[in-house]
Amino acid sequence: MKTNTVPKPSVSEVLENKDDYKYGFTTDIESDVFLKGLDENVIRAISQKKNEPPFMLEFRLKAYRKWLTMKEPAWPNVKYPPIDYQNISYYAAPKARKKLESLDEVDPEILKTFEKLGIPLEEQKRLSNVAVDAVFDSVSVATTHKKKLMEHGIIFCPISEAVQEYPELVEEYLGTVVPVGDNFFAALNSAVFTDGSFVYIPPDTVSPMELSTYFRINTEETGQFERTLIICAENSYVSYLEGCTAPRFDTNQLHAAVVELVTLDNAEIKYSTVQNWYAGDKETGKGGIYNFVTKRGKCLGKDSKISWTQVETGSAITWKYPSCILMGDNSSGEFYSVALTNGHMQADTGTKMIHIGRNTRSSIISKGISADYSSNSYRGLVKVNKSAANARNYTQCDSMLVGEKCSAHTFPYIESANSTAQLEHEASTSKISEEQLFYLESRGISRENAITAVINGFCKEVFKQLPMEFAVEAQKLLALKLEDSVG
Amino acid sequence: MENFILSGALNQINGRKDSMLEIKDLHAGFEGTEIVKGISLTVNKGEIHAIMGPNGSGKSTLSKILAGHPAYEAMGGTVTFMGKDLLELSPDQRALEGIFLGFQYPVEVPGVNNAEFLRMAYNAKMARQGKEELDPLDFDDILDEKMKLVGMDSKYKDRSLNEGFSGGEKKKNEILQMAVLQPKLAILDETDSGLDIDALRVVANGVNKLINQDNAIILITHYQRLLEYVKPHYVHVLSKGEIVKSGDKSLALDLEAQGYDWLTPVPK
Repeated sequence: MKTNTVPKPSVSEVLENKDDYKYGFTTDIESDVFLKGLDENVIRAISQKKNEPPFMLEFRLKAYRKWLTMKEPAWPNVKYPPIDYQNISYYAAPKARKKLESLDEVDPEILKTFEKLGIPLEEQKRLSNVAVDAVFDSVSVATTHKKKLMEHGIIFCPISEAVQEYPELVEEYLGTVVPVGDNFFAALNSAVFTDGSFVYIPPDTVSPMELSTYFRINTEETGQFERTLIICAENSYVSYLEGCTAPRFDTNQLHAAVVELVTLDNAEIKYSTVQNWYAGDKETGKGGIYNFVTKRGKCLGKDSKISWTQVETGSAITWKYPSCILMGDNSSGEFYSVALTNGHMQADTGTKMIHIGRNTRSSIISKGISADYSSNSYRGLVKVNKSAANARNYTQCDSMLVGEKCSAHTFPYIESANSTAQLEHEASTSKISEEQLFYLESRGISRENAITAVINGFCKEVFKQLPMEFAVEAQKLLALKLEDSVG
Repeated sequence: MENFILSGALNQINGRKDSMLEIKDLHAGFEGTEIVKGISLTVNKGEIHAIMGPNGSGKSTLSKILAGHPAYEAMGGTVTFMGKDLLELSPDQRALEGIFLGFQYPVEVPGVNNAEFLRMAYNAKMARQGKEELDPLDFDDILDEKMKLVGMDSKYKDRSLNEGFSGGEKKKNEILQMAVLQPKLAILDETDSGLDIDALRVVANGVNKLINQDNAIILITHYQRLLEYVKPHYVHVLSKGEIVKSGDKSLALDLEAQGYDWLTPVPK
């Protein structure tokens, strides 16, 4: 019996990314790494190393003591062996001779690394319309366009520098959105965070360029605990981008970041992430990043807006719920997410929209794509407080399954204490459709391109939220995961 | 069988070089069930063939097997297109060789922009022919012209492919794709079904404008009303997986008058 079609790659084969992780290299540089283990002395040492004012040390110690009383959350729909927190080094930095005054003093190996990652930092090569803060392991190594931004009164610098230069701003806002004891990983981060980005947009200012931070884990047995704090004052706007990669190791690295956003009256922050941490070996599941991240924004002012857009394509395990606390009247929160899992990846991700102010609005668009043996869960909470008259939420969760052994789950929680609230929820689960693929193929479009088109189409509502360069990047990233495997 | 002789004779008259599609004793089906039971048919350049038959006679199976639908399998016989073994080719390769299937139920593909899809398909063809691929601006000129040809509103350019289109617009969109891709052989599967008379006229008009001496069309239809607008050179009647009668377009009128019951497969 002859079959109608010649052997063709199955959809999951096409989606396989056996060798698509081109960021899996390590950079050979001399690092200053703390011995493994965590106690108050380590925290004091980090604080000292960073030359921090006393309030920061207190913040850290408070968080650490809280952390000691807490347990790792057991509710996420993910499985992993227990993490030995004493077997992690909490500080790793490229050895610098002294405080860096200019890029010329950055280790050329690091500059090369970022260039290889597509993030050229040198003056003449760097991206003209995006300011980049490059974080390598535990420290920020370079921030571009600082001066130009400063002309607008915009502060964009490593958070370690902000602690020195703008301690009053840091002290006023740090931990106000994600309190030190918020959850196990946030407490740990608050105790040991080493760097990250700080942004302050003064009143009545629209940032003239996109701000972005690029995170790179390099050292094998180090955790990365970055901390980002963005404050957008009255009538201001900023679009912020975050990208992440890590080398390929057989061991798991812990990435426990905290991001806090604050918008004052009529301000808007648009926060976009393309996450492509190493996801572990595709066949065995060995190695990869544990991405346990707390991201939360507070719409403090009336008429303010916070919008999260995330494209999650990497990490062995993702545990992450970028959320909005809608305090100001008429404030709004948005969450747009694409989460692609394949191999043995596990993702438990979603959002929380907490409505406190009157006439607050939120919308949630989540697109999950699961392939191979992976597990992909959407978990979301929409909570309407008694005070939030006329709150509105629209939630749409779509899952696409690729292959037979993967799974998709949806855990939507709704709590409403105000009868004027209008909440809508739509959900769908579908398989990638052979009919759609055949339709495109029958027009001469190759199977790989057909799969890319269908998946990009599925994710379109999210991609169109991304700034242009990032949208292209995100589509390429998905295409890349498809392409190399077909070859 | 009669059809065999007829097609064979025509083939000889027209000369071998004009033979485009040759189906020989094709057996095919779906999930192990044989539906097409020994069809032979030759289609030459410049010809329009109509394949008619009641529901379940194997019309759609034939069209899907020719386009390479993965759920359908050939169980015997051969199909040669422009001298190549068609059954060995993947669906996209068949399309690039010049085969086009107009779907009975065009598929909705959410999020895939119609114009972008058409450009992707057009450029795949250009790439195959070693010609330069077109950017969106240049392609837009071609698209405008083709949309005019098939009487389609330009607002459908920016919609997601077939998503939320009415039945008529979906069928027009099929003819638009045919106009853009200019296939050698178009197989139009029940393109007339679900169309009101105005839409049918528009679609038929589009098809008529695309016919020339170098291409060929197979019209698969249940009713003869499409054939009032697109005049076939040959009509074949399919019943229970076999061609039971072939003739010229007067056969379609006989069918309209008498139904399909008087035609049954020749016992073996």
